[in-house]
Amino acid sequence: MTAFKRLFRHVRFNRTVTLCAVTLVVLTLLSLLAPLLTSHSNVTADFANRLLPPTLADGHIFGTDELGRDLFVRTLYGVRVTLFVAVVASFVSLGVGVLYGAIAGYVGGRVDGFMMRIVDGLYALPFIFFVILLMVAFGRSMFLIFVAIGAINWLDMARIVRGQTMSLKQRGFVDAARLIGVSTSGIILRHITPNLLGVVFVYTTLAIPQAILMESFLSFLGLGIQEPQTSLGSLVNAGVDHMGSSSWLLVIPAVALALILLCFNFLGDGLRDMADPRGKT
Amino acid sequence: MLRYALLRILGAIPTLLLVIAIAFLMVHAAPGGPFDSERRLPPEIEANIERAYHLDESLPQQFVRYLKSAVRGDLGPSFRYREFTVSEVIGGAIPITMKIGSLAIVLALVLGIGVGITAGLRRNTFLDRLVTGVAMIGISVPVFVFAPLMVLVFAVTWKWLPASYAGSSGADRLIMPVIALALPQIAYIARLTRASLIDVMNSDFVRTARAQGLRTTSIIRYHALKPTMLPLVSYLGPAFAAVLTGSVVVEQVFGIPGVGRFLVTSATNRDYTLVLGITIFYAAMVIALNLVVDVFYAFLDPRIRRQ
Repeated sequence: MTAFKRLFRHVRFNRTVTLCAVTLVVLTLLSLLAPLLTSHSNVTADFANRLLPPTLADGHIFGTDELGRDLFVRTLYGVRVTLFVAVVASFVSLGVGVLYGAIAGYVGGRVDGFMMRIVDGLYALPFIFFVILLMVAFGRSMFLIFVAIGAINWLDMARIVRGQTMSLKQRGFVDAARLIGVSTSGIILRHITPNLLGVVFVYTTLAIPQAILMESFLSFLGLGIQEPQTSLGSLVNAGVDHMGSSSWLLVIPAVALALILLCFNFLGDGLRDMADPRGKT
Repeated sequence: MLRYALLRILGAIPTLLLVIAIAFLMVHAAPGGPFDSERRLPPEIEANIERAYHLDESLPQQFVRYLKSAVRGDLGPSFRYREFTVSEVIGGAIPITMKIGSLAIVLALVLGIGVGITAGLRRNTFLDRLVTGVAMIGISVPVFVFAPLMVLVFAVTWKWLPASYAGSSGADRLIMPVIALALPQIAYIARLTRASLIDVMNSDFVRTARAQGLRTTSIIRYHALKPTMLPLVSYLGPAFAAVLTGSVVVEQVFGIPGVGRFLVTSATNRDYTLVLGITIFYAAMVIALNLVVDVFYAFLDPRIRRQ
């Protein structure tokens, strides 16, 4: 039985978790299918239709922004970029964190002590300010955002994976592998890592909202995703400028962002409780 | 105890040095110089400017020079605000950032602990579920979504409170910034307090106290409260860091002339020395606050000191 099946063997999904999962799938699909859903462009300005309030009449169901661009399409593109950045960044942190944690946990001893001291030290640093510095020094690019967010988020993953690895390596199958002469790297990659999948999956769902938070924080301050591309954070930022007269420009992206974050957090929390019912409070 | 505190302080110094080194290197690795402009300057003038700012020295020399003056509290001149030094800009902005930050922390502690204990004592009731649900919203929804929505509701629509810091001179201009900054922390602290209290109330010594016939109020006051607070003390470090980060957003939204506001303007202006100085300032603050929290924790829990 794979680690994945083991995680979900006894699972009877509760209502909140199911609802959140469905919402996220629907939002993802909507954002991917955005070009098919409406004929409005997300980048072309249309000065005849500036700042239209939401209406059903002419297809601008969320209204338009200060350049006459359809907010429905822009929000969906924002969701797309936000989710894309968060998922890629989480995979960066997942890769680094799993490898780091598995090595520290499996090798143990002084190496482990040293590696975890580094993690502890890094925990104390206010990374977000370094990310801002990075953006100032090297200009804003999506690639840098991936790297920067990934570089921060691997710490939690490393700690959790290390703990799991330490208990896994006591198990018989690891002894058996060692006995027939599998190398240390072979054991870590082929025997330990596959068994970590369940817990890694759970903590990835919790790492994604962290990444979303960081990306939208940067975009909100105007230091992240740049025009004409957009993310939910930059849409909220643009909405702030017009909230006096055109509040939908703020409210719609703000609600979308809040909804996505809330769903990921509920989902992650729910999955964690399932994976480890003892930790449930 | 004193030994532990000294060791921790000594341990923080290399961290701080590393932070300054990384920040310094990042800014100096930036492509292009700070004085590059459309108009080419005559080479003599360029050389003069470089000498005036010590840009003609090697990188290690520049770093040592920067460190030496940083120890004296001098972080160099600002590249954009020509008439001010970086330390003057930061120094002038600190009081207001400190003010909203400390008010937010106090508010978060008072409300968070109160709500957490109330919910934890009524586990699995409607009130408890409500608190847990609302706390999840508080944790998930970021400050930069809350703060503008608050302005929209309370300032633009209902006109109860001023929309910006400059829009009023009374204390009412601090209400929304402080609440916006405190909200996520209230949620975190409430959740943490609730979980911790439930944990403590299930422990053996509480059962013993019950068996001896103590009233629930006495058990909570004399036995359960202290151990419940311990996880909160260790959360204070991350809480300070989160409030500092949040203050960047809050100062931006409400137009408060604090350190965070200058961070954003200097980042958009590419004011290298100022953004470097502010990053180092924030990092030093976070390291120092973590240090204080650690020592305080060790003071409360003797087991930590012996490690």
